[in-house]
Amino acid sequence: MIEALRARAGRLAVIGLPYLWLAIFFLLPFAIVLKISMSDPATAQPPYRPVLDIFGGVAHWRDFLLALDFENFETLWSDSLYVHAALSSLRIALVSTGLLLFVGYPIAYAMARAAPGLRPLFVAMVILPFWTSFLIRVYAWIGILKPEGLLNQLLLWLDIIAAPLAILNTPTAVYIGIVYAYLPFMILPLYASLERQDPTLIEAAQDLGAPAWKAFLTITVPLSMPGIVAGALLCFIPIVGEFVVPDLLGGSETLMIGRTLWSEFFSNRDWPLASAVAIVLLIIIVIPIVVYRELEAERWEAAR
Amino acid sequence: MKRRLSWVNATSLTLGFAFLYLPILLLVVYSFNASQLVTVWGGFSTRWYGALFRNEALLEAAWVTIRIAFLTALVATVLGTLAAIALVRNGRFAGRTLFTGLVYAPMVMPEVITGLALLLLFVSIGMDRGFWTVTLAHVTFTMCFVTVVVQSRLVAFDRSLEEAALDLGATPLSAFLTVTLPLIAPAVAAGFLLAFTLSLDDLVIASFTSGPGATTLPMRIYSQVRLGVTPEINAASTLLIGFVTAGVVAAALLTKRAA
Amino acid sequence: MNARVQPARPAIGAVRRAFAPWNDPQAKPLIRFENVTKRFGPTVAVDDLSLDIFEREFFCLLGPSGCGKSTLMRLLAGFEQPTAGRVILGGADLAGVPPYRRPVNMMFQSYALFPHMSVAKNVAYGLKQESLPRGEIERRVQEMLQLVQLEALANRRPDQLSGGQRQRVALARSLAKQPKVLLLDEPLAALDKKLREETQFELMDIQQRLGTTFLVVTHDQEEAMTMADRIAVMDRGRLAQVATPGDLYEQPQTRFVAEFVGDINLLEGRVAGGEGGFWQITSPLAPAPLTVHDPDEALETGQAVAVAVRPEKMTISRDKPAAGGNAIEGEVWDIGYLGDWTVYRVKLGDGAILRVSRANASRFVEQPIDWEERVHLGFAPDAAIILTR
Repeated sequence: MIEALRARAGRLAVIGLPYLWLAIFFLLPFAIVLKISMSDPATAQPPYRPVLDIFGGVAHWRDFLLALDFENFETLWSDSLYVHAALSSLRIALVSTGLLLFVGYPIAYAMARAAPGLRPLFVAMVILPFWTSFLIRVYAWIGILKPEGLLNQLLLWLDIIAAPLAILNTPTAVYIGIVYAYLPFMILPLYASLERQDPTLIEAAQDLGAPAWKAFLTITVPLSMPGIVAGALLCFIPIVGEFVVPDLLGGSETLMIGRTLWSEFFSNRDWPLASAVAIVLLIIIVIPIVVYRELEAERWEAAR
Repeated sequence: MKRRLSWVNATSLTLGFAFLYLPILLLVVYSFNASQLVTVWGGFSTRWYGALFRNEALLEAAWVTIRIAFLTALVATVLGTLAAIALVRNGRFAGRTLFTGLVYAPMVMPEVITGLALLLLFVSIGMDRGFWTVTLAHVTFTMCFVTVVVQSRLVAFDRSLEEAALDLGATPLSAFLTVTLPLIAPAVAAGFLLAFTLSLDDLVIASFTSGPGATTLPMRIYSQVRLGVTPEINAASTLLIGFVTAGVVAAALLTKRAA
Repeated sequence: MNARVQPARPAIGAVRRAFAPWNDPQAKPLIRFENVTKRFGPTVAVDDLSLDIFEREFFCLLGPSGCGKSTLMRLLAGFEQPTAGRVILGGADLAGVPPYRRPVNMMFQSYALFPHMSVAKNVAYGLKQESLPRGEIERRVQEMLQLVQLEALANRRPDQLSGGQRQRVALARSLAKQPKVLLLDEPLAALDKKLREETQFELMDIQQRLGTTFLVVTHDQEEAMTMADRIAVMDRGRLAQVATPGDLYEQPQTRFVAEFVGDINLLEGRVAGGEGGFWQITSPLAPAPLTVHDPDEALETGQAVAVAVRPEKMTISRDKPAAGGNAIEGEVWDIGYLGDWTVYRVKLGDGAILRVSRANASRFVEQPIDWEERVHLGFAPDAAIILTR
């Protein structure tokens, strides 16, 4: 009896502690974000109205709820700057994900086809940059891309260009930075699905008359689809909300929603509007996740 | 059958790894540049490292960051490991779907959102922003990474080992402590290191949740970087890269010996 | 008993008597390995090997793992290139011909079914590479599925099939292109014993019907003996012996072949003399010289040889056999009752163990031989052969 109680208590602690933590520090904050996104900015501390007093009584609660509205979302919708930022984020994330796939696939493929003894080394070499600071890795590109930077010096020295290229503070720089920073996220899921593939499937395809390129297109690529989807999603979602790369490498004309949120918050101190931007960003991100889950469920269904 | 790398694959690997490592390498090389102009080579020098160690603000920030990272890693490892066990070992429980969602969501959540949400929480409950709020925020977003690492090890773990311990008279707790924990220890250690580096590295969430007197190293670096590339930041970055690389290599060697 | 003294040797085993192109000097081989060597770095997988395989033949490559039999098959399929020598198919050298242009198809040991395609799509894959009209592809797929009795499962995915069904899909897929040679890499290894036996006969049946040349790689000697017209036993990259199953069993040429195919007792000894094909062999295991009738061997007195006797060709009894016959005395060490057979393991004076098996022809035996009994083993001069290598 006591044993059973003890086991129950242990189980409760195992589930309860992390559950409680996440509920307080992750779930609850989002409720607050939602609430504040429907509040009005104020020159006060905290800088928004209304402020909820949980123990304020029924009348206070009613006033509080009545004071909430969708004004901030209307502002976002009517101001072309915000719509533009959202669309621009989506476009940059889509193009970057495509680029990442294009760059990452050959690398992941080569890793998966390398001798088994070498593969762990290659995986470690892909992961290692991930452990070094994101900020520093992005920062490293400033020195390379700026007008008097190393890339321009090299190109001038090689006589490929006559005058320095303006790369830093352009969308090109943002794409380079994003591809660089997120490449491990793309390579690893691709590698995982490619490495699992039975190499005799390719031999079978060749044996049945398919040249190497055709075997690649009809067997390798379709079978790596789960890796492609996982890698794309793993990159797409954080890129939509990316702040550091556009801030350091993109010029003032590179609008991204994460950067907008940051400046609404830190420069304009409009917390309710920043919260509304956060909610919009969240919605943009949730859509691909839901689609992915549906696809996964379908795949499970088909596999049964 | 031995397979040699085709030249296409060899080229992909060479170009890929060059792309991944060249920028970091250049950064490291130019941290030893004597010239004040960061892109002009003026001979070998360690003067920027000297300057770095006389920069009180930077050192202060580094110390704060390390303390936060250590505390974060400690708590995140415990909570993350518990969450992993809850997910792998407790088949069904009320609210499992929500729990699973909560565990994975911080991983894909853009940092600006997590940062803003946590800040608003701290303001709402009237908590003063500073060292502790950053730590709480960091535990929240790093514990899910610990969970993923430990979970993958637990899934591969042969359950019959635990059952053998129970069969031999161990209580569930002592079976966990004497059999399971030592065997998943490398994953737990890896999770700790991951949480540590993620906390060390974080700029966005710290910027939202930090307050006066708790400026972290990334925040300090960021504010200087916005003004342009400086050789001093190159030196600081090099130290940070060396520190992390040494840690990762040591961890890899340790787990290899343990396995 | 004296059958082998007659000039015309009768066929041994279940040989299709009318079919023996390897004995016809006029016959042209379909496949010819000509002094083929294949090295992987320092290891020699195939060592200067020459072999002819004829059209319509059901040919087995038999050997322990690592003997080079799979490499030999992959050389023919085109996945490996010979380091030296030539692989010739239908008179044409295959050097430089990529796998996807060779008129041979392979059934892989893992089956290598494409997991993202249905059964029908898998079977159609090879036909699509030939850009055949769609109607023709569909007709051929139907035909193949009928052949392996899988019409009902055409739209299933491979992971929805049982092991036996997957094996059939793999077979149908590799036969769909009507290859000149079908290569089968351990085709039955993944099946359980009952299904394996059934499938053996099915494979033989399909081969007979289609007339395709089958080249099977296997490490299972029973499988090879059942199915093959001829078997090549391989050992460390070389051919140990190429023969019909019956010849391989009754006329092994080396100790390796004798021990690899079936059970055998080897009695090491020296030639004491002999005439008219009857040889006297002295062995430390036998009190008196053993007499063996082996007219094919030319031996010298004093030469070291082994007398090889299969367990079922030995007798076991309590009584000393009549004088003059081959006799060895020992003690029953172990008795294994297998139902159809009983196997006795008999320990000789110096610790060597011989195996004797006896068919259980009747249900009851009076006073059966028991553990630890002293017994006498015997064999007829014709029951044994002499091995020099």
